[in-house]
Amino acid sequence: MGCGTAPWGARAAPPRLVAVIDQELIEQTLATALRTGADFAEVYAEDKRNTSVALDDGRIEQVTSGRDRGVGIRVIKGETSGFAHTSDLSADGLRAAASAAAAAASRDDGGVRTVALSERASQQVNAVDVYPDEVAKARKVELMQRVDDAARSAGSEVVQVSAGYGDSRKRVLVANSDGLLARDDIVRVLARISVVASGDTGMQTGFQSMGQTVGWEAFDAVDIEELARDAARQAIVKLRARPAPSGAMPVVIKNGTGGVLFHEACGHGLEADHVQKGASVYEGKLGELVASPLVTLVDDGTMATEWGTLAIDDEGHATRRNVLIEDGVLVDYMWDHIRSRHDGRAPSGNGRRQSYMHLPMVRMTNTFVMNGPDEPDDIVGSTERGVYVAHLGGGSVNTATGDFVFGMTEAYLIENGEITEPLREGNLIGNGPQVLRDIDMLGNDFAMGNPGTCGKDGQGVPVGDGQPTLRVKSLTIGGTAA
Amino acid sequence: MAGERRGRRDGGVTATDARSTGTHDGADLLAIADRVVAQARAGEQVEAFVARGGDTEVRVYQGEVEHFVAAQSEGIGIRVIRDGRTGFAYAGTLDAAAVAEVLADARDNVEFGTPDEWAGLAEPDGVPVTDQVLWNDELADCPPDRKIDLAKALERATMAVDGRVRVDESNYADAFGEAAVATTTGIRQWGRENGCYVSVSTLADDGDETQTGFGFSVGRRPDDLDLDRAATEGSDRATRLLGAVKPASKRTTVVLDPFVTAQFLSIIASTLNGESVVKGRSLFRERMGDQVAPAFVHLVDDPTNALAYTATDVDGEGLAARRNALIEGGVLRRFTHNSYSARRAGTVSTGNATRGGFAGTPGVGALALSLEPGVRSQDEIVAGIDDGVLIQSVSGIHSGVNPVSGDFSTGAAGLMIRDGAVAEPVREFTIASTLQRMLLDIVEVGGDIDWLPMRAAGQTLVVADVTMSGA
Repeated sequence: MGCGTAPWGARAAPPRLVAVIDQELIEQTLATALRTGADFAEVYAEDKRNTSVALDDGRIEQVTSGRDRGVGIRVIKGETSGFAHTSDLSADGLRAAASAAAAAASRDDGGVRTVALSERASQQVNAVDVYPDEVAKARKVELMQRVDDAARSAGSEVVQVSAGYGDSRKRVLVANSDGLLARDDIVRVLARISVVASGDTGMQTGFQSMGQTVGWEAFDAVDIEELARDAARQAIVKLRARPAPSGAMPVVIKNGTGGVLFHEACGHGLEADHVQKGASVYEGKLGELVASPLVTLVDDGTMATEWGTLAIDDEGHATRRNVLIEDGVLVDYMWDHIRSRHDGRAPSGNGRRQSYMHLPMVRMTNTFVMNGPDEPDDIVGSTERGVYVAHLGGGSVNTATGDFVFGMTEAYLIENGEITEPLREGNLIGNGPQVLRDIDMLGNDFAMGNPGTCGKDGQGVPVGDGQPTLRVKSLTIGGTAA
Repeated sequence: MAGERRGRRDGGVTATDARSTGTHDGADLLAIADRVVAQARAGEQVEAFVARGGDTEVRVYQGEVEHFVAAQSEGIGIRVIRDGRTGFAYAGTLDAAAVAEVLADARDNVEFGTPDEWAGLAEPDGVPVTDQVLWNDELADCPPDRKIDLAKALERATMAVDGRVRVDESNYADAFGEAAVATTTGIRQWGRENGCYVSVSTLADDGDETQTGFGFSVGRRPDDLDLDRAATEGSDRATRLLGAVKPASKRTTVVLDPFVTAQFLSIIASTLNGESVVKGRSLFRERMGDQVAPAFVHLVDDPTNALAYTATDVDGEGLAARRNALIEGGVLRRFTHNSYSARRAGTVSTGNATRGGFAGTPGVGALALSLEPGVRSQDEIVAGIDDGVLIQSVSGIHSGVNPVSGDFSTGAAGLMIRDGAVAEPVREFTIASTLQRMLLDIVEVGGDIDWLPMRAAGQTLVVADVTMSGA
């Protein structure tokens, strides 16, 4: 599973809702899905519209409008899930999909079961002021042109800029044979900037992005030109970078850039599907000290405006604030419907899917480490020789061994307690359980990071992460310099 | 498995069994594309890409079906170009009202594009389409129970190889896709393809230690699938890492396993992408005709090779797929192009337009890469190395390799090589160099060639002077 910073998704507003399909038809569809004697049936409907603007090489290359609408039907019998999806929302289309999902789960004849749905009021996690579909495309185009101008005027070394804007609005309905009926209306906006700078040492790249689960008003609160200048600055700084060191040393990670460390070092390993299959290094460790006592790790789908925020998860359950590690002790895993049913407990609001075409599974939302006691300056100041990571790229983990990597896209050498020369890009590698224990300083300057897309089993979902400035006693830097 | 899935020409949906798929001549999809193109107004270029696809995925765990997914999808993407401005829209349905809306949206989006003198659709170039058998009825007619049996049999076979091995998932998957593309410039093509694979993800335990592996086999029909090979590789990859230690840092020679080489070739190909070249993002943009690798290195992109899992008849713009030698005798000879990048570079398309489905416009990319094979097997190669490391897997390719600067750094696991034999397993280290150096430092290409479910073939590859970072 890999997790990169960048693209895409959609999210939350008060339901001023369109009924994607009417309730009676959903109840009929669930009854059809239960015909082969299933234990559980679920209908997930979405109607998504999105607009994107692509700028590259100084031109608005393309404005794209997209629409995806359909229903995914899941049927569970015993340990088997059957799944089918359709974009044909007529009674016939839904019946065919429900029958296909039922047949995939079981060949039996289970007789007739009816379902009476009762709608649940969704929690309101944030409010949308300006729906992006009500904003003229010309304004979105102009936003990208401002980004281009700002990045190009940041220095003569800038030779190429590409930028993208995207918004989406996704109306979701989830209903299941337990009688659950829940809806959501998810609005997201995103902007990303990639810059290439060129000099005597070749070319270097810089990247910045912002993404929020709100409407167009997100751009009132964020200085998009400053973001563009920062992407350009990264690329320009790296033109004088020297090769990164090779080998193990202390690593300081700047606040709001290193959440992906925890996402990879332990987040995936705390997903109950990996745990139940014995494919996680954190299996059987509940109640044990698994991290430095400085570390309290939380996954919270309710954080207003954050990229991984949802009012309900993609199985219809309200998202929550879930404490996973408290003062270094493992207190809980993350759960979806199947895994929580298996263990006889309540789901944690972590059942997510990429779209109606995908089966839900256990996924993170916004995952972060809370503040610690240290002043950020003291963390750098007390490090004699090491690496300061100011910007992280993506990462990936093997949950069974805990070995994980993540890329440093902006990093510096620390010499005698001071940040000195910039370093070229590279991966860092570590082992999750070891790195969690090796966190020896934790700052008091918590910040959330860039929007991310987490990939698992071929499905991408939007996630957020965050952390204060911190130090890991020893990580292996994958550079080429001695 | 990190491999790319076959074929899915992608889209929106209708749930039926995979047997009841599509047509034999694409008449319905072509008719939809034709109707859109016929609505072009004076001064407009219009392209309609209409696709239908589907897949089956069966996952087995401990003898039981964990999930069975069977679904179809369909959709349309429409591109409109006027006065050098491009607009695009798509929908995950072929409903007539939605298609009309997509065309209207694409037209509306044209207004916001910046005029580009090179913008335009592909035009027929006279290159004949190589006939290929990309569709297999035997697969299309394969009953669901056989698919389940294959996944169950693979799980059993894998567990039988070695008592220390557990299987965390055993999969059977197949996909089919058909797509039609028509344009006002005279392109009109339809094609379809299908394929299948089995894969297994393994865990090997020894005391408190767990290591992981994977195995797979791909084919055009279920009979092509080699379950024993997938099982053996899945088991061996996990068990041979048991006891792995973190190695010391040093410069060394790496022997890349075929699966790793395929990932490396895919990155090299991204630097030879004509769009990156014309936009100044390729580190090879000014190197045409230069010696970029030793003389025995020949890199070819050949989607007309029927052995390639990603073989295809036409590219994403409807031009004939063709064989392109990119590096010959170590000399950089060609960049890959679609019609836009070619026009801008003052050359012709190499038939390398790629398309992720109906929801996007054509990009540029290699379709079926391979190196001209050498003569020795991996075992023979290892026997000739005094000091090196066999790289079984890499991680973080997307986070630690920058195809613009050329910096290369990935996580790795594998086996040390000492005095001509593989020695202790190693993990939690990185290998690093630059893409430019690695090409020049290629010491040998293996005689083995393995067609993988990716856009590049797998071959053993030996690269000298790579930095290994560990303890």
